[in-house]
Amino acid sequence: MTDLKQIINTKLELASSPHVHTKLSTERAMQMVILALLPCVLSAVIYFGIYQLLIFLVSIGISMGTEYGIKRIRKQANTLSDGSAFLTGLLLALILPPNFSLVFTGLGAFVSIAIGKEIFGGIGYNIFNPALVGRAFLQAAFPVQMTTWTKTSFNVDAVTSATPLGGFKFDGIAADLGSMFLGNTGGSLGETSALAILIGGIFLIALGIVNWRIPVSMIIGILVFGSLIWMINPEAYMNPLYHLVGGGFLFGAFFMASDWVSSPITAKGMWIFGLGISLIIVIIRVFGGIPEGVMYAILFMNAWVPLINRYTQPTIFGAKK
Amino acid sequence: MTKEIALSKEFMKGVWDQNPVLKQALGLCPTLAVTVSAVNGIAMALATTFVLVFSSLIISLIRNLIPNQVRIASFIVIIATFVTIVDLVMKAQFPELSKSLGPYIPLIVVNCLILGRQEAFSSKNTPFRSLIDSLGMGTGFLIVLFVLGGIREILSARTLLGFQVLPDMYEPWLVMILPAGAFITLGFMLGFSNFYAMHKKEKTHKEIIDTYLSSKSQRLATHRAEVLAQEKAALEAKMKAKEKSDDKPTDNDNQQ
Repeated sequence: MTDLKQIINTKLELASSPHVHTKLSTERAMQMVILALLPCVLSAVIYFGIYQLLIFLVSIGISMGTEYGIKRIRKQANTLSDGSAFLTGLLLALILPPNFSLVFTGLGAFVSIAIGKEIFGGIGYNIFNPALVGRAFLQAAFPVQMTTWTKTSFNVDAVTSATPLGGFKFDGIAADLGSMFLGNTGGSLGETSALAILIGGIFLIALGIVNWRIPVSMIIGILVFGSLIWMINPEAYMNPLYHLVGGGFLFGAFFMASDWVSSPITAKGMWIFGLGISLIIVIIRVFGGIPEGVMYAILFMNAWVPLINRYTQPTIFGAKK
Repeated sequence: MTKEIALSKEFMKGVWDQNPVLKQALGLCPTLAVTVSAVNGIAMALATTFVLVFSSLIISLIRNLIPNQVRIASFIVIIATFVTIVDLVMKAQFPELSKSLGPYIPLIVVNCLILGRQEAFSSKNTPFRSLIDSLGMGTGFLIVLFVLGGIREILSARTLLGFQVLPDMYEPWLVMILPAGAFITLGFMLGFSNFYAMHKKEKTHKEIIDTYLSSKSQRLATHRAEVLAQEKAALEAKMKAKEKSDDKPTDNDNQQ
């Protein structure tokens, strides 16, 4: 009798296949990405000073506050605990210039969450990378402040400096590749140190949180397209290695383009996505009026993702072509 | 049209219920392009309203003379006449404003708001009604363009109609002068108007349900009272009958 009762009272879970369980949940993935970003945060503090921590705090705080407020107004379930708002705030802070105004940082964080994410329906529905939407807004709203680059703390003789890409484009000065790799150059908080980004990025790829195809296709793309331009005239155009370690390329490749929501889901689509981003970056950097184009390239390719997904659908096994 | 609507409603529908920009999404090109400041927005809206009112009037006067096959061409010719008047008057009287509005004054000719009203309203209604309708549509257009231009002007230059409204420590947002600022602001305005409309709809639905339920509960209460009264009467009748039968049991026995 008791056995029967137990069987009846056992909750039967009905779900469609696949029945495989994984420990990797959204919360865990977000935590791992945040962990992988710590080297970048560290490099930002080392190179640009302790003040940058305030930018991180404001950006993360306003992001989470905006998310909470909007969910409250729209009477939806609170999604603060999945850590996506925290991550968006952190990513936004990492792509802002050093010593950036805290008020503008807060505005950018608000735009990231409100216009970049919640207007589309919240986590999982955003077409564009929220942090990049916030940065694009700030870039359009405050172009002067967004391109004021503080020198790293190891260069005490000047207050501001050009970024390696800007210096090459406007003044024809080639920066030292070694310091570009370590991060001892002008640039946004988290994107100057290629070393820190590689540590975090390879950690994420090893865990399987970031699909290797997007970063790899972007790196191959920038080396191929950069070399093609470089071979036309090595004097006038940048060495492809500058393209690789300069500006926000590596940060964009590992942390921005590979965002789960706004990147393609098929393997073939990821290659198209990555190569497309690299092609646009090279075009903007070489022929455009601005020195850097990673943000615009990723946002532009984000818009193509639904179409890429549609045209790279794998054929069902056994179906005729 | 035989269906008669109150004239005030005819006017107000253009201001809110069928607002050309917020509800019909017509005439978005000038809306987005010229509203870098409140003054530009007002000037654009007044020019459009002038053209709209007079072309509506003329078209509704000759609506029975225009052959159906060439009506669009006829509308455009009439509209273009008034646009030319506006363009020349603005060039002569307000040269600076005319310069800042640029090609958007001549482009009123192809503003879908104006052609849309001719096709949908003036060519089917009396001149007086067309006048009221076009005035309402013009007012709705003016309000939206003023609010849009005002928001963009405040955020991008700290001023409203040339007067400073925000303190100097506020850093102007350059993005608001750019097309992106126009799209973001208009998007928010559309969103809020839809949100308000939805809220209102829900409220009216709730009111309808409430009135229905209260009237039903009243009807049920009266019905219940009636049923109870009937049952009471029936029971009383039964009791009386029983009392009668109890009164004369001996008679029954005798009869048996």
